[in-house]
Amino acid sequence: MTLKRVTGLLCAAAMSLALTAGAQAQDKVVKIGVIMPMSGGTASIGAHAKAALDVATDIINNAHPELGNFPLAKNAGLAGLGGAKVEVIIADNQGNPATGQNQALRLITEEKVAAVFGSYQSGVTLTSSAIAEKYGVPFLNSESVAANLTERGFKWFFRTTPIATDFAKIYVDFLADLKSQGAKTDSVAVVHDNTEYGTSVANTISGAFKEKGLPIALDVAYPVNATDLQGQVLQLKDKKPDVVIMISYTSDAILFAKTMQSLDYKPAVLLADDAGYSDPSFTKAVGKISQGVFNRSSWVVGPAGSPSAIIADMYKKKSGEEMDDTVARQMQGFFVLADAIDRAGSTEPAKIQAALKATDLKPEQLMIGYKGVKFDDKGQNTLASGAIIQLQDGENYVSVWPKANAAKAPMLPYKGW
Amino acid sequence: MSFVLVQVIVGGLLLGAVYALFSSGLTLVWGMMNIVNFAHGDFVMLGMYVAYVVYTLMGGGPLLGAPLATLVLATLGIVVYFGLIRGIMKGPMLAQILGTFGLALLLRYSVFWWFGANFLSMPPNIVGGTYAFAGLRIEASRLLAGVVALLVTLGLHLLLTRTSLGSKMLAVAEDQTAAQLMGIRPDTMQAIAWAIAAGATGLAGALIANFFYIVPTVGETLGIVAFVTVSLGGFGSVPGALVAGLLIGVIESLSGYLIGAIYKDIVVYVLFLFFLWFRPQGLMGKM
Repeated sequence: MTLKRVTGLLCAAAMSLALTAGAQAQDKVVKIGVIMPMSGGTASIGAHAKAALDVATDIINNAHPELGNFPLAKNAGLAGLGGAKVEVIIADNQGNPATGQNQALRLITEEKVAAVFGSYQSGVTLTSSAIAEKYGVPFLNSESVAANLTERGFKWFFRTTPIATDFAKIYVDFLADLKSQGAKTDSVAVVHDNTEYGTSVANTISGAFKEKGLPIALDVAYPVNATDLQGQVLQLKDKKPDVVIMISYTSDAILFAKTMQSLDYKPAVLLADDAGYSDPSFTKAVGKISQGVFNRSSWVVGPAGSPSAIIADMYKKKSGEEMDDTVARQMQGFFVLADAIDRAGSTEPAKIQAALKATDLKPEQLMIGYKGVKFDDKGQNTLASGAIIQLQDGENYVSVWPKANAAKAPMLPYKGW
Repeated sequence: MSFVLVQVIVGGLLLGAVYALFSSGLTLVWGMMNIVNFAHGDFVMLGMYVAYVVYTLMGGGPLLGAPLATLVLATLGIVVYFGLIRGIMKGPMLAQILGTFGLALLLRYSVFWWFGANFLSMPPNIVGGTYAFAGLRIEASRLLAGVVALLVTLGLHLLLTRTSLGSKMLAVAEDQTAAQLMGIRPDTMQAIAWAIAAGATGLAGALIANFFYIVPTVGETLGIVAFVTVSLGGFGSVPGALVAGLLIGVIESLSGYLIGAIYKDIVVYVLFLFFLWFRPQGLMGKM
């Protein structure tokens, strides 16, 4: 009898030990679901994002005293959760809004992630964040710029990147500045694909120029992942706009560069809206025939030894690529999310949501050139900002505007090859 | 204005010739053994990578890359025939579809694994220039691709209709048992058909690589064009693929320029469906 009782007690003790051990082990990992294009036409972006998140989790999960006061770097793991490690679960959206939506559902219901991060293409972010909203799970977006994403009245959606309206303003001011220096910038053409990103950014830019009394002279739309763009380039060549604004993903951006060269077309000013033009595979493939293209960016490397320089170095070691604007915005967004979870001290969605709402990061706590991170009621970072960069002398962009932060003066006209 | 239109049409014709070249392999395999090869676009992609590797690692220009791509892909065609096709031909239709579809994914993700997802581009080479005359601009690389495509497609047609090898291949396509009774080995003929089809596809890839970007998923973009070309031209008809390729190239360029690129696929596919309404077997296909 007593032996039985002792055995029973021992068993119970063992079981409760096992249970608490299990619970502790579970507590030590914070799962974050990441939705990225790992296959399809923009798979290069997904591959770069994965390398960037590997670096970010390394910084969070291990002690990196060399980064000084950079948030989450000093100690190993999230201090607010007793040193819990962050685990990234990557899901492939195939560049497809429907797939992105399914993956969000899987990450939330099956992987039970604490938060979702993604999804690069605005069109995919649109659908996948709707699932997170429905299930009441925080969704952080760091790189989709379609303005309407934060106009849906969502409570669980947060976005760190500057958006189309911010950039449209930058483009208007930048071109006005070029004009005051004697460049001809009166007629503007907008070239864009037919995705959520392409159409909404084109609309926003057209609206911003119209407000200044500068209606867009020519709107050239094309289907994404085009097999041939000669007709579009000939249209531009025919109408001769002074400024051409390109809103394209990598594949089309490369094809445009090649077709413009073969048809010998050079506008005076070629201004790209990030996306494909920031992909290192664009500059490697056709950088030499796209000399002088302007682009937008929030990424500027600081002096040697600064957090941004160290992180850029870590990223290059990991991926073999130079850090670009898209990857930098993604890493920064991921740090913001991890910082909120750390401050929440919990993986409970409502607590993370509250911590995200309370986010107030200063420029010196960031690896990117934002004026800070602070979300408004719609979940948009009000302190996001950007600059204009230009491809000069080979495959690297240099900052050229605004003048205060510029490394070099803008080079005009567009040189091409 | 008229100059621009001529430029648009010439560009469309050159593009169409290449469409024709990489579709002829698909139509040949269908005509020979009623198999739709869903890995076809990925064969084009492999041809592009072979040309790229030959150029960057071995220093050979397109003159070496194109024949090598043809050879490598022809060999792959034979391997695929004996390793996969011969088996699944005995299975149900679904097995054939899934078999080649699986092959497509295997090829695509093998290239992903080996080369990564980055976009590549052929470095400047001897066909990198552009000819300009009378206001027209024609890329040397597109001209080369267009001319070779025309010659090879015509050559394929002559091979099928004017040689004893062609007659044997057609005999196998017509009636395997009867062909066997005449001393023709269906296995050999079908393997040759796969070698020719895959070789032509590899050649097309190597030629396209000179003016297109190279990425593991490029087969998705190009594969669809091949299927439309083949069904418009008539499944199994090489001259049909040629005419259809040229037609689609010109219609795409013209509608892309005149009414806007966003509508060009609508124009192509509306014409395509309208045409199939009257002639479901395609331009030159047999009922």
